[in-house]
Amino acid sequence: MSDFFSFEDYGALLGLVHNSLIAAVLLGVVGGLVGVFVQMRDMQFAVHGISELSFAGAAGALLLGINVAVGSVLGSLIAGGLIGVLGVRARDRNSVIGVLMPFGLGLGVLFLALYEGRAANKFGLLTGQVVSVDSVQLGWLGSMGVVVLVGLALIWRPLTFISADPEVAAARGLPAGLLSVVFTLLLALAVSMAVQVVGALLVLSLLVTPAAAALLVTASPVRAPLLSALFAVVSAVGGILVALGTSVPISPFVTTISFLIYLVCRLSARRRTRRGWGSRGTPADHVDNSSHMPLS
Amino acid sequence: MPVNQLPSPLTADGASVAFGDRVLWSGLDLTVAPGEFLAVLGANGAGKSTFLKAVLGQQQLSAGAMSVVGRAPGRANRAVGYVPQQKSMSAATPLRARDLVALGIDGDRFGLRPRRQADRDRIDEALAAVGATAYADAPIGLLSGGEQQRVRIAQALVGGPELLLCDEPLLSLDLGHQRAVSAVIDRRRREHGTAVVLVTHEINPVLDLVDRVLYIAGGRHRIGTPAEVFTSESLSDLYGTPVDVFTVRGRIVVVGTPEHATEAGRGHDLTHGHSHAPAGAHR
Repeated sequence: MSDFFSFEDYGALLGLVHNSLIAAVLLGVVGGLVGVFVQMRDMQFAVHGISELSFAGAAGALLLGINVAVGSVLGSLIAGGLIGVLGVRARDRNSVIGVLMPFGLGLGVLFLALYEGRAANKFGLLTGQVVSVDSVQLGWLGSMGVVVLVGLALIWRPLTFISADPEVAAARGLPAGLLSVVFTLLLALAVSMAVQVVGALLVLSLLVTPAAAALLVTASPVRAPLLSALFAVVSAVGGILVALGTSVPISPFVTTISFLIYLVCRLSARRRTRRGWGSRGTPADHVDNSSHMPLS
Repeated sequence: MPVNQLPSPLTADGASVAFGDRVLWSGLDLTVAPGEFLAVLGANGAGKSTFLKAVLGQQQLSAGAMSVVGRAPGRANRAVGYVPQQKSMSAATPLRARDLVALGIDGDRFGLRPRRQADRDRIDEALAAVGATAYADAPIGLLSGGEQQRVRIAQALVGGPELLLCDEPLLSLDLGHQRAVSAVIDRRRREHGTAVVLVTHEINPVLDLVDRVLYIAGGRHRIGTPAEVFTSESLSDLYGTPVDVFTVRGRIVVVGTPEHATEAGRGHDLTHGHSHAPAGAHR
């Protein structure tokens, strides 16, 4: 165990990962907020599909010797655009993703097989790296993060409406198709950010797990996104801080922390369900569709 | 009602919808007055929901015209409240009852402006009007079907609509909630002059509240008071086959319609009609 963890030069290492920590906070906030809509719109599978195509894009960029971030963003946006346009409805969406994902993964594997550079670069695309964020990359991540956050703030209410209550939102005249495409593109940018930090395989730990955990313990439309972002930041930053003491990539630590948070939320949700949810007057008239007729 | 200068909540002028050869309804002329309660009846697939879609601007008319609060359908969305068929919401929806109602005020607004106190008061009033104050802060996904339906009506009414469209709002509710929900709708139109268009396959729960009925069957329709439409002659003529209408203890029972089920007369607890393909009613 002491061989595995070594925190001797921790202070010096911390200085080296300064950029990574900033990236992790940013990614946590973006991933946590986007994740709430991923939950509401049942797009967990889309997150996975987009991340595979983002991986293919990054691998292609590595092979061609261009900026990996550019490749990852391109792959993401192409996947997000296709999923957004072809899959407004959940069922269509899942088959589009099911078709795109293996194709993207196959392309990525091909590009990596043809690439003759450092093996660590290949591995990093899939599982993330601790000290991989330089200031150019941080600039990229920062601008992408700003685009996603501003975009989300603009469409927050209509997107909430159309995700939670699609019929009434459509009756109000909200454009379901357009909102779906815009959100999927924002999601694609967030996925691409996550691919660059935690790697393609474990993107779900920042875009799905924290929001799923938050929605177990609150139904407040303000507290849910805040908690989700907090959980994601704790997972990402915590993952880096622990990974620093080892030679292992950061993703196993990120996934473990976010999974533990989820478990705690799950347990506290169970306690809560047993006690009854929050402030409601009459838990007794919960069963409603039964055939007996309580006269009003 | 003294609101002559306002445009009618809903008018139809020779309105028709057809899919190819199949005519759902045609030549529909209708003017709904403020505060009027119109029930839209017919078998499953007869075109009731298509009628609502046309009013919402989601279905193009194949002929004729409609106007909603003096504007083309779909152009006056804020003046229209809509209550969809009851459908349970996911338990993972991060909204409380009051948040769902709030979407009725600003759910279609882009950007993140904080809600004003006046809006918060309106939300509280709307929840109180449907008797949902007790569970205003409970997660929407954990409410029962009847509770969710009350909250949906609060959402539809909170924006002060001139026209309220309800698609089978009483379906799958028990008698207590049916009465409560229809009483809320009725009070609204009496106190605020909101016109109500309510789609239902069952007239009896709302029989005492309805001013007029639009009955659609086999590509044709009848419009009139329940007493005018629910007669053996009127429905026999509409269906083109002998149909008997009885009134039993204040309830209307229709026997002999081609769609087999006695749609208008059944008790609410029978989930009939779904298995009867509408094709038979469209000749």
